[in-house]
Amino acid sequence: METNKSLDPRVQRLNIGAQNGEANIETHLVTWEVFHQEKKGKQAVHVGIVHASSPELALVYAKEVYGRRGKTTNLWVVKTSDIFTFTPEDEDVFNTAPEKLYREAGYYKVRDRIEAFQKRNKETA
Amino acid sequence: MNTATKDLLYKMADDAFIIGHRNSEWTGIGPMLEEDLAFSSMAQDKIGHAWALYKILNEQFGEADADVLGFQRKANDFKCCQFVELPIGEYDFSLVRHFLFDHAEYLRYEALSESSFEPLALLAKKIKSEIKYHTMHADTLLRQLANGSEEAKARIQNALNYSWHFALGIFEESSAENELISNKVFIGEDALKSQWIEKVSSIIDAAGLKVPVTENTKIILGGRKGTHSEYLQPLLTEMTEVLASDPNAEW
Repeated sequence: METNKSLDPRVQRLNIGAQNGEANIETHLVTWEVFHQEKKGKQAVHVGIVHASSPELALVYAKEVYGRRGKTTNLWVVKTSDIFTFTPEDEDVFNTAPEKLYREAGYYKVRDRIEAFQKRNKETA
Repeated sequence: MNTATKDLLYKMADDAFIIGHRNSEWTGIGPMLEEDLAFSSMAQDKIGHAWALYKILNEQFGEADADVLGFQRKANDFKCCQFVELPIGEYDFSLVRHFLFDHAEYLRYEALSESSFEPLALLAKKIKSEIKYHTMHADTLLRQLANGSEEAKARIQNALNYSWHFALGIFEESSAENELISNKVFIGEDALKSQWIEKVSSIIDAAGLKVPVTENTKIILGGRKGTHSEYLQPLLTEMTEVLASDPNAEW
């Protein structure tokens, strides 16, 4: 697969058109997760999947399925089987997280004390 | 000069209009959801291109408005090439037609983005990027099918061989060809044809397919002069069926 040298070594930029048809018949119609980037610098947001027999075709389809309306700067596709995830049995590790409010900035209502401190400092200055 | 430019606009608009309609016949019955969606969306683009070109004819040359030009002309007033009129057939043919036709269109718009006729140059610059995607889609599928099963490869090759005579008809010259060239409105059909043969041949070749023979081959001409295949009139009849049922209806 011919890919452009990217400044970001983690990303492979597909030069669509330079490819020479390496469709894998065994993996015919696997799914690809599509991430949509609205503006340069903004995060790529997961928007859904496409079925395709190669990454080039996945990008080509993703353009029409997810990029034909509204603004798009770029799209990413990732083969679904390249995504790693927790098993449903292990999802209980997240159970208590919503209860740990002390880990959120909003939990600390310190504004009053900060204001009192600033006022005190001004008076003494 | 105006006659030559008008003729150029008409044939481009009619090509886009008719192939747009033909390709939209796949909507809902495409080989798979994503392909159905992409092909339909590109067909819609073509109708948009036709509309924009009819609009130039209307605004710059005082021709009728786009709806009238699209839906109320007789078949022999149309200047589309016969290639775009052919029924959609099997998907191999539709795909190969899309590949051959859209490369010609891309090169045409690329040349026209330098046109001395400003309204067309502006439109060409805008439309070019849309057709770039159309060729990207066509090339990707063509390459993959050519490298797929034996049946897929054979079907694409047959479709190429069948289409070649019609595709060469895209470049049928108009009587005012030299006028367009000398006034720098357009590079001319002959120059476009050479560019096109070079471009599609390199892709066909790289995909491991055989480029059909061009020399001494039969070329299907006539469309640019208003002579059409048996398939255009039924298409126009179907397309205007609702309009014809009540021509004075308000939309």
